[in-house]
Amino acid sequence: MFLAVTIPILFGTVFPEVVSKQAKMVFDSIDELPDGSNILLSYDFDPASQGELLPMAQAFTRHCSIKGHKQFYMALWPLGSPMVDLSIDTIESEYPNLVYGVDYVKFDYKAGGEAVIRMITQDLRGMFPMDSKGVPLDDIPLTKNIKNIQDMDLIVNVSAGDPGTKQWVQFAATPFGIKTVSGCTGVQAPQMYPYIPEQLAGVLGAIKAAAEYEAAIDEAYPSIADNPKAQEAKRRMGPQLVAHSLMIVLIIIGNWIFFVSRKRGLA
Amino acid sequence: MKRTVPLIIAIVAGFVLLIANFIPFAESWGLTAQEWFNILAVGAMILGGGNLLKLHLMKVSGQRKGWGYSVVTIVCFIATLIIGMFKMGVNPNPLTPDYAWSGYYLESGSGLWWIYQHMVVPLTSMMFAMLAFYVATAAFRAFRAKNTEATLLLITAGVVLLGRTYAGVWLFEGWLPESMQWLRFDNLTVWIMEIPNTGGTRAITIGIALGVVATSLRILLGVDRSYLGQD
Repeated sequence: MFLAVTIPILFGTVFPEVVSKQAKMVFDSIDELPDGSNILLSYDFDPASQGELLPMAQAFTRHCSIKGHKQFYMALWPLGSPMVDLSIDTIESEYPNLVYGVDYVKFDYKAGGEAVIRMITQDLRGMFPMDSKGVPLDDIPLTKNIKNIQDMDLIVNVSAGDPGTKQWVQFAATPFGIKTVSGCTGVQAPQMYPYIPEQLAGVLGAIKAAAEYEAAIDEAYPSIADNPKAQEAKRRMGPQLVAHSLMIVLIIIGNWIFFVSRKRGLA
Repeated sequence: MKRTVPLIIAIVAGFVLLIANFIPFAESWGLTAQEWFNILAVGAMILGGGNLLKLHLMKVSGQRKGWGYSVVTIVCFIATLIIGMFKMGVNPNPLTPDYAWSGYYLESGSGLWWIYQHMVVPLTSMMFAMLAFYVATAAFRAFRAKNTEATLLLITAGVVLLGRTYAGVWLFEGWLPESMQWLRFDNLTVWIMEIPNTGGTRAITIGIALGVVATSLRILLGVDRSYLGQD
């Protein structure tokens, strides 16, 4: 398994991606919004699932930045806040024309999970009187006219568990009709499908969907294809192909041994 | 008294949130209850920390099996707590330079940032990466076609495993007629996820929701008191 993952990484093998219906739905949800729309991005994951979710979080950030959307970042997980910082770093290094407080802002982590969501659907300042830099929301151009997250045009949630997409659907998307898309781990994805299309406008499940989303961005905005950092999910599909193939081989060998043993009366 | 007061608090809070959800006049009651919840959530974190310390100190003092790990836990917990609480290595916020502790707690180069970058990130990533080896072992040892159900599961897993990679397209490239493209593993994976999976998950979700409603009603009416613990 170690070699199956290492060798494709060392060779940098990248395969073409066919954009699936789900990836297209997520892409369209962001792309079809008028430039400068308000988007709340909640990154509810930690370093444990960074390998699976960070490429799609970065892709969301790049897509929103290209479109000039106003980005409001937050995290429901204590270790989600540093994940947001990585996206802020991406904006600062790749989109220097965007200004903090005018084009994007970050709220710090607050304990409470779904209670935080419930609160900000009614009163943003009640939960976040200041941004992560300690500046009152009334002094920030981007937030001074925002009362609550019902002022958002879209919620983008990157989720590794609870609190995460399920809570955003239950406490924000469904009761207030706020359009929401999700990027989640492969384990979570099957639980999110029943919410499509009414409560969720689309779901990206794991690194495969992230690679498809990157491909969709590449198709629409060819200049981003020159940025190797914007191809991270596609790069990770090489190790996934070899690792999955190895698992298929292991399953076949395991079953072959099982049937031979059963024939000999050993199993 | 020890059980009655928490019982009344739970019932009142539950009904307030319920009413706030359905009656616009009572919407602000719900917001107030949520503010209380957020304050209590912070208090619960302190209680959790205290409980963690108590349990591990008891383990160390009793020299129970694995007490050495408890020493590591206690030392790391206290060190992180002190470094984080006192914002060691954090510069004051440029907007409020007179307040020494006003800077961002995870400022690049600070103590907590160092712990996060050099301990939390590699350790948690390593734990998650280990799953790949467990899954590979499980695939070899446990994924057997012992009966019809296991065989169906095996076939589905095989299709999804290949359908989630370029192999799902590549295996059928050039020879599968256009009318049979739905048989490609990537297309079959989409069908599995959207039809059987969604139907099954929806049924389970509705079942769970009904269970939650029933349990919530029992708690609200004071019938179920198991959450209060035992005397």
